[in-house]
Amino acid sequence: MTDSKYFTTTKKGEIFELKAELNSDKKEKKKEAVKKVIASMTVGKDVSALFPDVVNCMQTDNLELKKLVYLYLMNYAKSQPDMAIMAVNTFVKDCEDPNPLIRALAVRTMGCIRVDKITEYLCEPLRKCLKDEDPYVRKTAAVCVAKLHDINAQLVEDQGFLDTLKDLISDSNPMVVANAVAALSEIAESHPNSNLLDLNPQSINKLLTALNECTEWGQIFILDCLANYTPRDDRESQSICERVTPRLSHANSAVVLSAVKVLMKFMEMLPKDLDYYGTLLKKLAPPLVTLLSAEPELQYVALRNINLIVQKRPEILKHEMKVFFVKYNDPIYVKLEKLDIMIRLASQANIAQVLAELKEYATEVDVDFVRKAVRAIGRCAIKVEQSAERCVSTLLDLIQTKVNYVVQEAIVVIKDIFRKYPNKYESVIATLCENLDSLDEPEARAAMIWIVGEYAERIDNADELLESFLEGFHDESTQVQLQLLTAIVKLFLKKPTETQELVQQVLSLATQDSDNPDLRDRGYIYWRLLSTDPVAAKEVVLAEKPLISEETDLIEPTLLDELICHIGTLASVYHKPPSAFVEGSRGVQHKRLPARAGSGESTESPDVGQSVGGADAPPAVIPSQGDLLGDLLNLDLAPPATTVPAVPASMQMGAMDLLGGGLDSLMGDESETHNIHQRMESPSPQSLSEYSHPELGGDIGGSPAIGAGMGAPPAVMPASLNAAVGGGLGDLFDLGGGVGMPTGAFIPPKTLWLPAMKAKGLEISGTFARRSGVLQMDLSLTNKALSVMSDFAIQFNRNSFGLAPAGPLQVLTPLTPNQTIDVALPLSTVGPIMKMEPLTNLQVAVKNNIDVFYFSCQYPISILFVEDGKMDRQVFLATWKDIPNDNEAQFQIKDCHLNSDAATNKLQSSNIFTIAKRTVDGQDMLYQSIKLTNGIWILAELRVQAGSPNYVLSVKCRASEVSQFVYQCYELVLKN
Amino acid sequence: MSVSAVFVLDLKGKVLICRNYKGDVDMSEIDHFFPILMQQEEEGLLNPVLSHGSVYFMWIKHSNLYSHALSKRGTSSYSDCLCVCVYQVFTEYFKELEEESIQDNFVVVYELLDELMDFGFPQTTDSKILQEYITQEGNKLEVAKTKVPTTVTNAVSWRSEGIKYKKNEVFIDVIESINVLVNANGSVMSSDIVGSIKLKTMLSGMPELRLGLNDRVLFALTGRDKGKTVAMEDVKFHQCVRLSRFESDRTISFIPPDGESELMSYRINTHVKPLIWIESVIEKFSHSRVEIMVKAKGQFKKQSVANNVEVRVPVPSDADSPKFKTSTGHAKYVPEKNLVVWTIKSFPGGKEFLMRAHFGLPSVENDELEGKPPITVKFEIPYFTVSGIQVRYMKIIEKSGYQALPWVRYITQSGDYQLRTNT
Repeated sequence: MTDSKYFTTTKKGEIFELKAELNSDKKEKKKEAVKKVIASMTVGKDVSALFPDVVNCMQTDNLELKKLVYLYLMNYAKSQPDMAIMAVNTFVKDCEDPNPLIRALAVRTMGCIRVDKITEYLCEPLRKCLKDEDPYVRKTAAVCVAKLHDINAQLVEDQGFLDTLKDLISDSNPMVVANAVAALSEIAESHPNSNLLDLNPQSINKLLTALNECTEWGQIFILDCLANYTPRDDRESQSICERVTPRLSHANSAVVLSAVKVLMKFMEMLPKDLDYYGTLLKKLAPPLVTLLSAEPELQYVALRNINLIVQKRPEILKHEMKVFFVKYNDPIYVKLEKLDIMIRLASQANIAQVLAELKEYATEVDVDFVRKAVRAIGRCAIKVEQSAERCVSTLLDLIQTKVNYVVQEAIVVIKDIFRKYPNKYESVIATLCENLDSLDEPEARAAMIWIVGEYAERIDNADELLESFLEGFHDESTQVQLQLLTAIVKLFLKKPTETQELVQQVLSLATQDSDNPDLRDRGYIYWRLLSTDPVAAKEVVLAEKPLISEETDLIEPTLLDELICHIGTLASVYHKPPSAFVEGSRGVQHKRLPARAGSGESTESPDVGQSVGGADAPPAVIPSQGDLLGDLLNLDLAPPATTVPAVPASMQMGAMDLLGGGLDSLMGDESETHNIHQRMESPSPQSLSEYSHPELGGDIGGSPAIGAGMGAPPAVMPASLNAAVGGGLGDLFDLGGGVGMPTGAFIPPKTLWLPAMKAKGLEISGTFARRSGVLQMDLSLTNKALSVMSDFAIQFNRNSFGLAPAGPLQVLTPLTPNQTIDVALPLSTVGPIMKMEPLTNLQVAVKNNIDVFYFSCQYPISILFVEDGKMDRQVFLATWKDIPNDNEAQFQIKDCHLNSDAATNKLQSSNIFTIAKRTVDGQDMLYQSIKLTNGIWILAELRVQAGSPNYVLSVKCRASEVSQFVYQCYELVLKN
Repeated sequence: MSVSAVFVLDLKGKVLICRNYKGDVDMSEIDHFFPILMQQEEEGLLNPVLSHGSVYFMWIKHSNLYSHALSKRGTSSYSDCLCVCVYQVFTEYFKELEEESIQDNFVVVYELLDELMDFGFPQTTDSKILQEYITQEGNKLEVAKTKVPTTVTNAVSWRSEGIKYKKNEVFIDVIESINVLVNANGSVMSSDIVGSIKLKTMLSGMPELRLGLNDRVLFALTGRDKGKTVAMEDVKFHQCVRLSRFESDRTISFIPPDGESELMSYRINTHVKPLIWIESVIEKFSHSRVEIMVKAKGQFKKQSVANNVEVRVPVPSDADSPKFKTSTGHAKYVPEKNLVVWTIKSFPGGKEFLMRAHFGLPSVENDELEGKPPITVKFEIPYFTVSGIQVRYMKIIEKSGYQALPWVRYITQSGDYQLRTNT
């Protein structure tokens, strides 16, 4: 007879019946009844009403029955806390039972009963069990400390359990050591700063010894704990590695992964020229490969981790390409991961094989897999230059198959290949054009349109092709619409005579008939450009594009390093930082790879990139399709950053102010703004009349939509372009853009700098501001004396950033008693420099007809943030890596209730520029750059967790002393 | 770090049994699992780690049960490993892990779950040890008997003391599986050997064993160079083997678990000649027929014989009216798998055999796009290892000083043996 019969009782009055049976005198009957109760509990029936009756069965010498009763208690104690107390006595008694199994069972169960009243009674038995003679009881008690800590942390600390737990690390039984380590690690997680695990060479030695003897799971606890230790030098690092390497031969793949984690981390400290370093690299490959012969689920986990390892140290697996070849019966998730790793490992040496495989995959039936395979061919072309030609011909072969999704995917990647190798493979355009009709996916259509626009001069019927797309303009997705607009403008600039009508058509479609703000705004920009200065338009729209970088979707180096420290955890499977898995309240420890001791380099990832990719530039991250608008605009508009003329500060005033915010947020790249803006400011009327087409001009004037949008009468435009363009466009963005215009940089309120009693009646309060790129000191001078004051002058002492008055203090009329006068003193940053303490301290001397007075004040560092502080993304990544980790400072900004977009806008108005935004699991990471007047760059990462008012700010700067001030500035700006 | 709860679900997503270890996750979260599973499966994005809000499901599926670890925080991904272990323990207990076997034994299952993990930390997952104190017939336990087996916490956690056999013997099986992937044009894309040494130990007491193989690294270390040696790429050992000892002087020394166990596995990455070579011509004449010609060649020593060879050739799903002609063995059409299975009971080395098949195709084309499944081959060659690995000695030392006999057996078999086809 089996237990399943217990599931089948469904008679009425069941609870009542059970109650009677539970109270029966016969042992067998009692046990049967308890089993029935548990069975009901398992299927989700509420049997909590039987609580007292079940608890009554607790005092039994039948172990099986006891276990069942305990199980029941764990489930229902929480809902019946008062009754649970009844069980305490039995628990306490069981903790002293001669049978160690029962002692352990009791202490284990008590820990699972999350009722405050019970925990108080738990302390004494637990203390005894921690010192029990039987290791089985001790190991259970060790875990129980962690349980108790989870319920009542204070109690555990007060009772000194933590110290007892620490003592258990030196226990003679390895299993106890392992559980103590696990419990301490768990507790330490909620106390990031407590030095609970106090790892030192002695304790590490003990752990390494226990490692050899404990069970597989215990080994994992110890290895995970070891990974948190930072060795003092490379010698210690090497000796730990030597003792951990044998674990790579363990049959349990979780042990292997944990060992790999420790090795990957400590390897960081070994000098690369060391023989042992090379040996270790060689030792890592075989176990990683073997992980791939496990169950598919484990393979998936292994592959996700290998993906990280390959990015960090590609040399480990560079010869193992073959094992990543996809098998027919692999589950799809394994296939996709393998493919990803194949691309990362692709190099000149193995590209032929890889391509043959990819081509094979592209003829499979699984659509997702096929798409990814086709995409992979494109990525190979971009990564391995020598293979580009082969890749292109492979792609052409695939296009010939006419399988719809293959063709579309191929066109998308060919676009990327064009961008990487311009003017090399254009001969294939004809083939692409043949497939125009079969494209039905937005991405493929957009790619095709981009190709047509980009190579309009070589495609005879480009205008016809684009016109055909135009017919269903409003049914297209935004992506396609934007691309079509740009492509037609390109076409117009290349063949102005034949395509006027077309361009007008698309401009009016985009501006009048569309309610998509992005599309409309881009339409207006083009229209304006074309009508004011076609030469400029040409320079902007047909600007040379930067080549796309070769590695795509790499993980940012800092994140990668952190993930390497979490190999074998969820973080490494999801490729998201562990903080993404922790609820807001809980402190997060950021793990970093240790710095290499002795040698000067702080991180070595750039080297790795070079040695493998063969490229000089460190691999950069291309944003994925998420950042659609930015992407498209970059594609069309971004001129190479170097060709952007530096705009002198003075020129940025006026129209710039109005344009700045709107255009920036619209275009996502400051350099373009400058370029466009500068052109707009100095258009020559001649060139306009030479180029502009009467109809076009008329259209602008006549179009009611524009008239309304512009705010200024169109007629004004030719007359005083300079002002009108600025004003008009400004209005335009206000109205149509829907983009929040920043209201300007935050200016702190004036503070009292010099009280009247110290300065013979002169009171000075003031503040600092940066207005349109000009530094100003705003002063309020008040005469609190009885006589008139005159002959004011001001001087600064040398200071950290060379601030100096740029002109005299303009107090024109004498200051009569009780009069206050506000003065704005322009400042320059070319004065003499001396490092002050604190850094932003400024000593000022003010003279008047009475005397000279001295005071000192501090200026917010934000006034030093210049307007061209937007760094190129690639440069940002490289710089971030380049700055040693020691220079990184982290701050918490509390109680800030802005969302990330609002914060971006706010910060932007203070010249803190957001370069990229990444969203991971509801957490926005804003990457920001700031440039100081003296040319120092400050890089920052701002983490904004949706729904949490606390931001985390990481600041990296070569001059790390400014970090603190930058943080203060963030606080000020964000909270005002 | 740890696992919050473990679930076993049936195929429809109904919870059969669950155990909450930490109390930080609402047990009703599991209700979200099945919809997410369904949705992802539809989108083709299914993978072994799913998430819902801040809860993560790590799951595996076997026959018709889902087993799960559920976690809230940065759990180690050993959870998947753990699911496999849980599964293994259950199978050893109940032979078949099915809905019924879980229900039939729910008391034992609860007991097991209790021992397997504590507060989400995995504890003992070795079913042999568990069986010592959690027995199938739970009610047989009597107070006097229930002591914690020392093995649970011992350094030697895999073998109990006091084992006795009349005749002391060890059976050693050396089994090598050949994995081959051959491209349609006949070139070998990848090939490797996964070897495994299995023990069946019937020894009394606490014997100390030492296994000697013709390991190339070992021979290089000791400077001996006699005969053929084998370079093992990666070796994995049962937890009984002293890893640090192996690391330092390549000695495989251990106290074996009682009964059957896998002592070690290894991988050899050398280029192996596919032992059974297949040449195939599959011609598909749309709307009328498919002609299949398969030639199998035994590329191994003449003295050896491959047993139970099965060549599985894929055919279109809409094929009908099969006709076969074979030079040896017999062919069978398995329509539910869209395969022709050609079985050859005994296949001597160096021989070549032929099979022809003819199928009709309906005149109306099948719209569904079909994959290109490869030809797969199964076989077994006894008394032979491809790698040439040999057990040179097995030393058995026990303090009582008994004499014990080791028996060695070699088998080579097919692993993942795939040959891609043109059509």
